[in-house]
Amino acid sequence: MARKVLVLGEVRDGSLRNVSFEAVAAGKTASEGGEVVGVLIGDSVSALANGMIHYGADRVVTVEDEKLKQYTPDGFSQALMAVIDSESPDGLIFGHTAMGKDLAPKIAAKLESGLISDVTSLEEAGGNLVFTRPIYSGKAFEKKIVTDGLLFATIRPNNIAPMEKDESRSGDVASVAAEIKDLRTIIKEVVRKASEGVDLSEAKVIIAGGRGVKSEEGFEPLKELASVLNGAVGASRGACDADYCDYSLQIGQTGKVVTPDLYIACGISGAIQHLAGMSNSKVIVAINKDPEANIFKVADYGIVGDLFEVVPLLTEEFKKLKVNA
Amino acid sequence: MNIYVLMKRTFDTEEKITISGGKINEDGAEFIINPYDEYAIEEAIQVRDANGGEVTVVSVGTEEAEKQLRTALAMGADKAVLINTEDDIENGDQFTTAKILSEFLKDKDADLIIAGNVAIDGGSGQVGPRVAEILGISYVTTITKLDINGSSATVVRDVEGDSEVIEASLPLLVTAQQGLNEPRYPSLPGIMKAKKKPLDELEIDDLDLDEDDVEAKTKTIEIYMPPKKEAGKVLEGELEDQVKELVKLLHTEAKVV
Repeated sequence: MARKVLVLGEVRDGSLRNVSFEAVAAGKTASEGGEVVGVLIGDSVSALANGMIHYGADRVVTVEDEKLKQYTPDGFSQALMAVIDSESPDGLIFGHTAMGKDLAPKIAAKLESGLISDVTSLEEAGGNLVFTRPIYSGKAFEKKIVTDGLLFATIRPNNIAPMEKDESRSGDVASVAAEIKDLRTIIKEVVRKASEGVDLSEAKVIIAGGRGVKSEEGFEPLKELASVLNGAVGASRGACDADYCDYSLQIGQTGKVVTPDLYIACGISGAIQHLAGMSNSKVIVAINKDPEANIFKVADYGIVGDLFEVVPLLTEEFKKLKVNA
Repeated sequence: MNIYVLMKRTFDTEEKITISGGKINEDGAEFIINPYDEYAIEEAIQVRDANGGEVTVVSVGTEEAEKQLRTALAMGADKAVLINTEDDIENGDQFTTAKILSEFLKDKDADLIIAGNVAIDGGSGQVGPRVAEILGISYVTTITKLDINGSSATVVRDVEGDSEVIEASLPLLVTAQQGLNEPRYPSLPGIMKAKKKPLDELEIDDLDLDEDDVEAKTKTIEIYMPPKKEAGKVLEGELEDQVKELVKLLHTEAKVV
């Protein structure tokens, strides 16, 4: 069944986040030959519209207003509802990001629709669009379908491959007028903590530290390795509880669930709650002094040794690789 | 302050998950208060202690959730309500739960509603914002700090590691992120007192809802375990050689760098 699917793009620091292109690809699958319409909301976003078209959107609709400079649930839902009213879509796809997680349930409640969150793949099967998503933090998976109304899903970053970028693709870019008013939550200040380095949920490479890192300073070699690999630094609960790092870095059943291409666990024993947050990574490397550590059971490659010796050596080796590449 | 907490009973995070008959096997499993809801309960108690008022913890589920509701009472909540859906709803989804909770909350004049930002079993994180929208109140998700000043609140929201400082008016719904507080353990006197605190039980009929009103919009057609990972290769030899080999393997065999 050909459908019209709206895909909400996400802008950060003046450019489109990768998950926007992944969402376009998901929208393409969900549209089954229908139309994929990109939606961009912000104070000045129309210049980015072609980016969504290059990655496969048929056209883009924008809503621009100075009150939409920062994301708020009221502002963005007013803008999006104006687009939904004018487009009457059959489907909606957002990224399962801080913004998507916050906004999608509000829109679903407004439309009295279902919503399938945190989808890692979708496919047409037996006349249904089937969404796959992790449950119990990735200890199991479920397949879900929509039984009534709108197809609405948020997709997990880093799991659905974007389409090939094609700059010769073109499409219509139009703006929709929306009255943005009565914002009930006001952002007074944004404190950037994560701005140094790469966002954990979208990182292709994650270097994570556990109790074995021993101190806040102990994260330094991990940070250096991360910067050589253009990756992000994460942590186990043990490291966060011991105050070696901020809870925003925590990976696990409580904390972030990540699926990078490469996960390097340094001084992490591998408690079941931590494994739930990272065991679906494509390739896992474990570095631990204890050869019996649980983490080796899920690792593709392991080195038994002191992370303070191994990590700097690794950093040097990767630097050489980069120079030779 | 009239404070409500939305709570879910979930599998203990220590539990290994197995499947039998197409469902998650619950036999012999330990159940707990969803860890994020524990932060919500703790925060509600602290807000009440600072501002006065009453904390009511509400859960949609089966009779078995009484145990977790009693734990919440033992932590210091004043009242608990179980909306028992055992006889009426077989396969609800987030639409279902949010509709039931909002129907319960709509005439309660809550000043503050606190929920966990996500449940560690289903992991959708929808119910809090859905309830706020249905009730027509504003919300802030994944908060790490909450200050109540009269009829307004200053909230710190975790946005993928960054923090937003947000001002909002009451009534407000917030969802708890890790780092918000350190939940207390129930004390022995707390546990004794909890036995005498009110724990009401309702069914959806009592909310003038019938099954059709809350029928799920989505359906789970299959549950499966991820493919088991083969144990990997632990490298051997001199440390420097191991490191060289690892980089080579990641580059040529795994092709991730």
